[in-house]
Amino acid sequence: MANIKTISYDAIVIGGGGAGMRAALQLTQSGVNTACVTKVFPTRSHTVSAQGGITCAIASADPNDDWRWHMYDTVKGSDYIADQDAVEYMCSVGPQAVFELEHMGLPFSRTEQGRIYQRPFGGQSKGPDDPTQAARTCAAADRTGHALLHTLYQANLKGGTTFLNEWYAVDLVKNSKNDVVGVVAIEIETGEVAYIKSKATVLATGGAGRIYASTTNALINTGDGIGMALRAGFPMQDMEMWQFHPTGIYGAGTLVTEGCRGEGGYLINSEGERFMERYAPNAKDLAGRDVVARAMVVEILEGRGCGPEKDHVLLKLDHLGEETLNLRLPGICELSRTFAHVDPVKEPVPVVPTCHYMMGGIPTTVGGQALSQDENGKDVVIEGLFACGEAACVSVHGANRLGGNSLLDLVVFGRAAGLYIEERLRDGFETTAATDAEIERSMARLKRLNNAREGESVAEVRKDLQNCMQLYFGVFRDGDSMAEGLKKLDAIGERVRNTRLTDTSQAFNTARIEALELDNLYEVAYATAISAFERKESRGAHARNDFTERDDENWLKHSVYFPLEKRLGKRDVNFAPKTVDTFQPKVRTY
Amino acid sequence: MLVSLYRYNPETDNAPYMQDIELDIPKGKDLMVLDILNLLKEKDPSIAYRRSCREGVCGSDGMNMNGKNGLGCITPMSEVVKHDKLVLRPLPGLPVIRDLVVDMSIFYKQYESIQPYLINDEPAPAIERLQSPEDREKLDGLYECILCACCSTACPSFWWNPDKFVGPAGLLQAYRFLADTRDTAQAERLSNLDDPFSVFRCRGIMNCVSVCPKGLNPTRAIGHIRNLLLQRAT
Amino acid sequence: MVSSVTNLGRSGVYDWMVQRVSAYVLALYTIFLLGFVLTTDISYDTWSGLFGETWFRIFSLMALVAMGAHAWVGLWTVTTDYIKPTAPRFLVQAACGAVMFVYVVWGVQILWGL
Repeated sequence: MANIKTISYDAIVIGGGGAGMRAALQLTQSGVNTACVTKVFPTRSHTVSAQGGITCAIASADPNDDWRWHMYDTVKGSDYIADQDAVEYMCSVGPQAVFELEHMGLPFSRTEQGRIYQRPFGGQSKGPDDPTQAARTCAAADRTGHALLHTLYQANLKGGTTFLNEWYAVDLVKNSKNDVVGVVAIEIETGEVAYIKSKATVLATGGAGRIYASTTNALINTGDGIGMALRAGFPMQDMEMWQFHPTGIYGAGTLVTEGCRGEGGYLINSEGERFMERYAPNAKDLAGRDVVARAMVVEILEGRGCGPEKDHVLLKLDHLGEETLNLRLPGICELSRTFAHVDPVKEPVPVVPTCHYMMGGIPTTVGGQALSQDENGKDVVIEGLFACGEAACVSVHGANRLGGNSLLDLVVFGRAAGLYIEERLRDGFETTAATDAEIERSMARLKRLNNAREGESVAEVRKDLQNCMQLYFGVFRDGDSMAEGLKKLDAIGERVRNTRLTDTSQAFNTARIEALELDNLYEVAYATAISAFERKESRGAHARNDFTERDDENWLKHSVYFPLEKRLGKRDVNFAPKTVDTFQPKVRTY
Repeated sequence: MLVSLYRYNPETDNAPYMQDIELDIPKGKDLMVLDILNLLKEKDPSIAYRRSCREGVCGSDGMNMNGKNGLGCITPMSEVVKHDKLVLRPLPGLPVIRDLVVDMSIFYKQYESIQPYLINDEPAPAIERLQSPEDREKLDGLYECILCACCSTACPSFWWNPDKFVGPAGLLQAYRFLADTRDTAQAERLSNLDDPFSVFRCRGIMNCVSVCPKGLNPTRAIGHIRNLLLQRAT
Repeated sequence: MVSSVTNLGRSGVYDWMVQRVSAYVLALYTIFLLGFVLTTDISYDTWSGLFGETWFRIFSLMALVAMGAHAWVGLWTVTTDYIKPTAPRFLVQAACGAVMFVYVVWGVQILWGL
């Protein structure tokens, strides 16, 4: 063994958010020797910030609700590049996963019948033939993510899961066959580095919204799993697809839930006009998020923005009345008062589209098995590596995620990964052990950083990276400006590889962690940039000024970014659900 | 503005000390205390503190600001800075790991001691367990806790007996499960709390209520637990 | 569940109840005595007359026992808060217990031994 401590488990889950803890729970309950490795105490994970709810056809608000309608909405919302077999799995298994959460104790809001309260969210209909707004998002007031994350942590405590809290995973360890056999990680409190050996490594590291200057994401959302996988040479799928949430609080970036519009709130421009009526005559403010975000930007660009700089619009809620706001949206009232200095009971909230969610990620099967491609473009399995949650791209969100589908994604595919890994381990899945040299290889980045005597400060480079992404790869994209952005990114990359630590102490050195996170941010940003530049069409969240139309002939495909060659390939979208007819691509209107 | 910051690095310092730093605050913006810390960290990356969501829901950045516990990310300067000075210390009563980072093990241990999970051994139905809106309302003001530890580390009873007194945060969660109509382990839960320390060390000081960044009221929850214990014993 | 053998009633509720009930007894006793002092022309005869009444002797004994219990619960709490090493804490608790016991026995002697 290398001269570092080795800890062994059958399975490790990197990340203690919704997906990670659901996977860890499943594995622990099946008796698999599992550890959940998380860089923050689990309830500090970003799932905690999810507000509006978890979309699922549990037929509470509408007894005739059907998961197939949910599936249709999701496929349409994705602009038809979600894999239909995966969406089918998520929507059909969803109710069971949600009921399990309730049985674990999640304090859902209730209807008079005592069932789980469901609210309307964007993009919800009653199937292909009935565009009536549905109410399918199960909610615990406007704190669903908080309630869900705490419930999952509690269930894991009950189940006896092993947590390695405040451990930071540095890089994947690969053996001679290119299988993943664990990670090198730092215990943040002591600075001690260890090799955590495992037969199955699950990346549940969440998103990377921090590649943008303005984001609803937590400061910890630095795409660590994506960064590790890219450095290990594994491909990423649909990385150009970044969701900009219509309602980030202007100036602060904090999120106000789509549930605000679900409960009856709407957006207005400087003329006081409810402009979404022009862009989406039927669904209005509850059209897909990409549609609403673009409409907002158009309003601002055409001079109808609000405020002295005319750079935001307003979310009107006061007409809902104080009672509804306090009952259904208490957290929003709190956030608006704190961050916008506005009381939604009396005044509208200033909002602006803000980076929110990464639809892309590590391509996986429904069971969380990470995939790569061979020379002929055929899917091949990456042995030992799994992913779930925002870090994975199964893909159920395609080019645009529907509100409330992320929490469902976490629990359904966290659970599915747990089930699949358990099965693989039971079948005797084994990997070849890594040699000392192979473990050493995964410590290269850490060594470089610890020994760098000269170089730039992390904060400076990070700021430039975030501004570059914001400017060149935002809501609207353009080939020429992206080319310029890519050039800038190349220069920033040089600086990223030359950062320096002024503080090399061991105990709780957050500077070291931030430096390591910057590497991951850069990996994600670069993958995003190449993918966005190469996808020459507009689809879902990817809107180009130079290719304004959807191009099904060439791009009804996943994009796949290969980090070693910095090349963008393609992968077929699954159009073969098992129990229902394929939803054929149509023009997407709301 | 002058920021007086508690500094301690176990590798280089024999004892903690207060470091005074002058900071130019961008005009016209009411920054949060966390923003101030982020500005300081840009200049001196060795400053250590926890942070995550920066919107008051993850509970990472509990700290003591000008003498009062709270979350750095939702405490604006206008609310806390006095005489152009901001004193930042770690949460009191817990061992300091480094700077503003405290060792929260004993806080979590107390949380775990109250069995913070739903217990219901009856077979689960095929759908959710039903609960009326009125019964669900009983959980409001309880389930919202973010485990930031601002309350427990402001509680003198917890300072004196952190190993025996559950503390306001843990007791709030204890009552969250006692109050849940879906939970069937009320008797067992109460038995676990019926000693002279776990609940009864609360002396109604109410520091917990005054500092809770989520506006929750642990003292009231503790009163409810005491009533349940009394009803059961008389 | 924290185990403890030195507190009065082994259980938190019991101690809490004792503290409250004894407080009521002590409050009643104090109010009665205050009222007596204010409304009566105090002399040796009226004072010894009051203490000659059996019901008042019982009331006084009740107050005395209440004070013993109340002080025990209170001082036990204070010692567990502030005296962390076991041996000194136990010694102080034992001393408090002995004093309380002496007061009660002595009180009985005074009330009925006249």
